[in-house]
Amino acid sequence: MDVELSDEQRFLQQTMRKFLEHEAPVATVRERAGRGEPPFDRGYWQRAAGLGVASLLIPERLGGVDAGQPVLDLVIVAEEMGRQIAPGPLLPTSAVADALVRAGTPEQQDRYLPGLADGSLVAAWAVAEEPDVWEPAAAATAADRGDADWVLTGRKTAVEAADVADQFLVTAATAAGTGQFLVPRDAAGLSVRPLPQYDLGRRFADVELDAVHVPASAAVGEPGDIDACLEHQYVLALTVQAAETAGLLERIFTATVEYAATRYAFGRPLASYQALKHRIADHKMWLEAALGLSTALAHALADSDPGAARLASATKAHVGEQSVAIISDCAQLFGGISMTWEHDLHAYLRRATVNKVLYGSPAQHRERLCALAGL
Amino acid sequence: MSEQETPAAFGARAREWITRNLPPADDAGGAGGLEADDATELRLVAEARQLQKLIFDAGFAGIRYPVEFGGQGLARAHQLAWREAAAGYRLPVEFNVTHGILGPTLLDFGTQEQKARHLPRMLAGEELWVQFLSEPAAGSDLAGLLTKADRDGDRFIVNGSKIWSTGAHFSDYAMVLVRTDPDAPKHAGLSMLYLPIATPGVTVTPIKLVTGGSHFCQEFFDDVALPAASLIGEQNDGWRVATGLLFHERNMVAGNSLNDHGAAEGGESEAGPGGELIELARAAGRARDPYTRQLVGEALVLEALANPAISRVNALLKAGRMPPAGAAIVKLLNAVSDYRIREIALEIGGTRAVMSSADDPAGGHAQRWLGARIRTLAGGSNEMQRNAISERILGLPREPSPDSGVPFSQLLAARRRT
Repeated sequence: MDVELSDEQRFLQQTMRKFLEHEAPVATVRERAGRGEPPFDRGYWQRAAGLGVASLLIPERLGGVDAGQPVLDLVIVAEEMGRQIAPGPLLPTSAVADALVRAGTPEQQDRYLPGLADGSLVAAWAVAEEPDVWEPAAAATAADRGDADWVLTGRKTAVEAADVADQFLVTAATAAGTGQFLVPRDAAGLSVRPLPQYDLGRRFADVELDAVHVPASAAVGEPGDIDACLEHQYVLALTVQAAETAGLLERIFTATVEYAATRYAFGRPLASYQALKHRIADHKMWLEAALGLSTALAHALADSDPGAARLASATKAHVGEQSVAIISDCAQLFGGISMTWEHDLHAYLRRATVNKVLYGSPAQHRERLCALAGL
Repeated sequence: MSEQETPAAFGARAREWITRNLPPADDAGGAGGLEADDATELRLVAEARQLQKLIFDAGFAGIRYPVEFGGQGLARAHQLAWREAAAGYRLPVEFNVTHGILGPTLLDFGTQEQKARHLPRMLAGEELWVQFLSEPAAGSDLAGLLTKADRDGDRFIVNGSKIWSTGAHFSDYAMVLVRTDPDAPKHAGLSMLYLPIATPGVTVTPIKLVTGGSHFCQEFFDDVALPAASLIGEQNDGWRVATGLLFHERNMVAGNSLNDHGAAEGGESEAGPGGELIELARAAGRARDPYTRQLVGEALVLEALANPAISRVNALLKAGRMPPAGAAIVKLLNAVSDYRIREIALEIGGTRAVMSSADDPAGGHAQRWLGARIRTLAGGSNEMQRNAISERILGLPREPSPDSGVPFSQLLAARRRT
């Protein structure tokens, strides 16, 4: 997010921070995960939505807020959620809302957007497939046109919030090109298989589609004609993820520096040793680059800059790579205490490690950068 | 010209003048700076003097300098409008050090006479200035310098040697940091003087670099007599002046100083090293090789993050949320990124990168990689930037310094004993 925030943005930031510190401190997230409980309940998400977090991309007449700068406000929320390793389906519901706003019919918008905005409806974006296929237009799941309906068959993986989602927005290949389809949780032939939980605040699942029939009206946009919309959702997902990761990285790095400055070893503060100080300086440099990239990406997306796709991949490659590397070194600087369950560091490291591969790994995005540059 | 002129109006007026009066940026202009050969560098400097004179006569020089010293008395917004208007045109960037470092230092610490005498000439393209700071035995530990100036009535007599001064062989004046009280602790016995480089007793020797060019010089001072009026600031208060000078240097690197013609030398990021690497990958027959593509991708990432990172640091500096040492982040980032990109070019080029002539598409890369090492040292080594980031931005404690508070003469004696 920007260095200088408007009064409204600062208010949003402070409101989110207070809300999350009260509702979902890291200790609570850790305890729930330790007890095997779901990371959040519906009431929590509805209270968060009450603050506007789920409605930033949605027009006011459909339950949204007509935010002056929706993407820039969204990244403020994402950064705050990252800082706290907060639970909640911010990214998937934002991606689905984006699809409905940009490509949905008025009927679809009336039916789903108000619920997404107030948090009563949770939607998951079923986009990824094995093996690590994240680009929406590369979906292999098949959608075949019947007389009055579509028949979906295939398997989606790493679907965030699939455990609680009411609707799935499924990317699938049709004869005309890639389409997106809304599939209700109770559709016959749809099954959800939870994946082991690594991120303490989020759950993912495989979603199997075995000849799932949905009506023609379930298509969001005309299949084959929504590539720009899919690309926008993808860049939006990367933008939200980058802001979240940059936010969590800044928080844990700052905590590490404070610790290293106060701990003594061999009669000196730990952080007075150049061997450590110089590593910390490098981390600071890459952290500022990560925060700068995240901000630049949000602006590029908000301004429909044609360079947004390249910037998204550069940001993902940098933030994904550096977040895990820096937090790993933060563990080294903290020493043994960071190995304990009760310490916050592993919550940050877990989320960064998941974010690194979610929506494409740094290696995949370096490859994508070459392709986008014509190599 | 009205004092009320808006940045937009100023920019429009500048653009109108620039299109009629400045030559287009030469593609070969990228050969300036650290990688230039001697003849090219001297030609560019001569050209820059003429261009700067042209800009001064047209009333566009020293946009943020006070009107009384030949400047325009305008704001940073006007300066940015100038840079935008001049995109694609040849600007006398050779004056950046003069206008971005030495001029601002003179403004801060000079006497009225010194400012009135020299600032208008700097802006008119008549005086190129340079700083003489580092010494053969004092680099990162600048305050440990040995060059001394003995007060002799109304004169200073300077003896010693300076090194790594940028372009001293084609510059006119220099600020030189000297020791005037050897019995004070090392930072407390220094003074800043200035002198015409052509003063008798000064010998300037260009240093041939690994790239073949002579961008830097060493100077020798043999009983160089300077008038007492050569003092900038108070006697024995030179460290404060040097600190101010280094502040302006970091600011210039961060694109925030009083120099109008862009941030730094070379213009590397505009040239787009990523595009070069793509051409190189094709020329080397490795365009489909996955490892090569990862390397190219890594360079594209470094290229993409430079401007967002610099913008963020500048915004933090401007908002007062990062101390002035924040420019060290930009300095380190430029050096580390540039070095890594050159290293990647070497890797992609393979054997041809080290064994073919410069007209081969893969040929110049080994040479440029050698040159990239200069950036990790010049203007403060990477290690000094890391010290600045950790100590002055993050506030981490310094290493214990055994020389603090000890008279410099005793430090020297101790050094000789070991």
